[in-house]
Amino acid sequence: MDKFTRLEGVAAPLMRQNVDTDVVIRIERLVGLQKDELGPYCFEAIRYRPDGSENPDFILNQAPYRGAPILLAGDNFGCGSSREGAVWALMGLGIKAVIAPSYGDIFFNNCFQNGLLPVALPLAEVERLAEEMRAAPGNARVTIDLERQVVISPRGREIKFEIDPKRRKAMLDGLDDISMTLTYKDQIAAWQAQDQSDRPWVWGTR
Amino acid sequence: MTGKTLFDKIWDRHVVADLGGGFALLHIDRNLLHDLSGARALGEVEHKGYRLARPELTFATPDHAVSTLPGRTSETFAPGHKLLAPLRRRAKDLGVRLFDLGQDGHGIVHIIGPELGLSLPGLTIVCGDSHTCTHGGLGALAFGIGSSELVHVLATQTLVQRKPKRMRIDFDGSLMPGVTPKDMILHLIGTIGTAGGTGFAVEYAGSAIRALPLEGRFTICNLSIEMGAKMGMIAPDDLTYQFIEGRDFAPKGAAFDAAVAHWRTLPSDDNAVYDAEHRIDMAKIAPQITWGTSPEHVIAVDKAIPDPAVAPDENRRSAWKAALDYQGLEPGKPIEGTRIDWVFIGSCTNSRISDLRAAAHIVRGRKKAAHVTAWVVPGSERVKKQAEAEGLDRVFTAAGFDWREPGCSMCLASNGETVPPMQRSVSTSNRNFVGRQGPRARTHLASPAMAAAAAISGAITDVRKM
Repeated sequence: MDKFTRLEGVAAPLMRQNVDTDVVIRIERLVGLQKDELGPYCFEAIRYRPDGSENPDFILNQAPYRGAPILLAGDNFGCGSSREGAVWALMGLGIKAVIAPSYGDIFFNNCFQNGLLPVALPLAEVERLAEEMRAAPGNARVTIDLERQVVISPRGREIKFEIDPKRRKAMLDGLDDISMTLTYKDQIAAWQAQDQSDRPWVWGTR
Repeated sequence: MTGKTLFDKIWDRHVVADLGGGFALLHIDRNLLHDLSGARALGEVEHKGYRLARPELTFATPDHAVSTLPGRTSETFAPGHKLLAPLRRRAKDLGVRLFDLGQDGHGIVHIIGPELGLSLPGLTIVCGDSHTCTHGGLGALAFGIGSSELVHVLATQTLVQRKPKRMRIDFDGSLMPGVTPKDMILHLIGTIGTAGGTGFAVEYAGSAIRALPLEGRFTICNLSIEMGAKMGMIAPDDLTYQFIEGRDFAPKGAAFDAAVAHWRTLPSDDNAVYDAEHRIDMAKIAPQITWGTSPEHVIAVDKAIPDPAVAPDENRRSAWKAALDYQGLEPGKPIEGTRIDWVFIGSCTNSRISDLRAAAHIVRGRKKAAHVTAWVVPGSERVKKQAEAEGLDRVFTAAGFDWREPGCSMCLASNGETVPPMQRSVSTSNRNFVGRQGPRARTHLASPAMAAAAAISGAITDVRKM
């Protein structure tokens, strides 16, 4: 997993609420394709027209926002299915961070497993960022500084954001959970030995 | 001293290590794999040089990417075969029990867990599927996880999780005529919204929940994730223990008695405290139908399609407008009478025997409308066999419905079975998202009885009039 420290770039306002993971990536694409092949299909239901051509109304198809590394969204972004393919598809599209008021719980966890940073800010702040982006198309940039836990708006306003210290550190170091968990090998074995005596019925599956 | 909730009792028991900041390393008692994420995750465990920690707590079934065409094999839907073939191979090599197509015990992962007695009260259960909350109907702590978390469980039999807050929802009263558990939970989602439960473990309680048979409890818990709650659960009681007794993997004899004695300690203490509470009056719940593209876009079937002009805020106004546009509906018109093209009765929400009985009860002696295509996809081999033993399959086929093989099918359309573009479907599944049942397909979520009624009349229909 790549480290995430600081990101500066165009932020594309996709200011809808409840953007679900089915819209981010259709499940059928996860049947035949690999993790790194999903970018072209990210948001396909709203990104393309029925004839397969680009939908010019879709924000990421518009010149200043094409290839934007930051997505601004309404509340409950990534609700719905557990598919981690939603994170892979966003990353395949070049998105490295999302700024939204709230997230689907499973999507939120999946982000941290892959180095995509989900920043939570109040809706009014996300909307102000969107306005500042629209006010200077082509020139405006948003910066996310994970070390200082601030978002810097195109006009230079600094907005503090909260993140769990544990998750922040894992993102800064680019570490996933498994290697850390394996250091608890003995505790896990001890827990299991005790449980086999406390709740034998849990283990009688053979 | 304040008491503990059902959720806290199960969570606390499973903490292997407190990681600080609200995070815990939790032991996982059951890991359920399916074809879409299972083979890939097992492959990754191998690829990264980890060992499968506990094959005896790991089970697999192909459901997402398998055809449900009668007489199907794994090769009927070729892209799915490319996932199932390695799942079969790796499960065999690693000692993971696989319930394969056509075998006794096969079916949708959230149907077979309870059906086989794999899912029990007090267990932590995960699966790479967001509807894992279904198993909470037994009083288990069950939740969906992503692919990376799945690899973590396979390699360590644990998971790093942040403890959620607790929410209690009381359903008081009893079911009105034509109203089912599906209507209860859709009504709740309409009331608190698709993010109303985000960050919470939800416990459903109240007189209406206590009166529900287990199959109805599964339907309620199944839709927890549609209001944002990863975990939904119901305290176990005598109905739960009766449901479990005698099932394949359930404890037997003295072991069963010991288990029941433990399970009786699980329900929330009377003085337990919740971070949020809601109360729903059952008398206010009529049969529900969704009109838009989020499960919170739901109304009673006798109501009018909402007008974005009266939406509570600008965000919702634009969401409602986009939803009506996608669904091809006019605000202000009654939703009843809206012509439909497809009916899908199935999914981990509503494909159990009681669901099929409820649908068959409406269908018996009638014919589907000529222009409607109607599918019944039983949730498992056992549900299918039971329905056939009761003659339900013939009730459906005589009415012109298709009677198919078990699988997820048209709920999420990952197996090539889709509602065609622009066509309107009444579905007993769990999501009406844009493109969920196929590109540009229009979905209305409802109960099995409501779906059956729509198939007969060819339009959205108030089941109470049938």
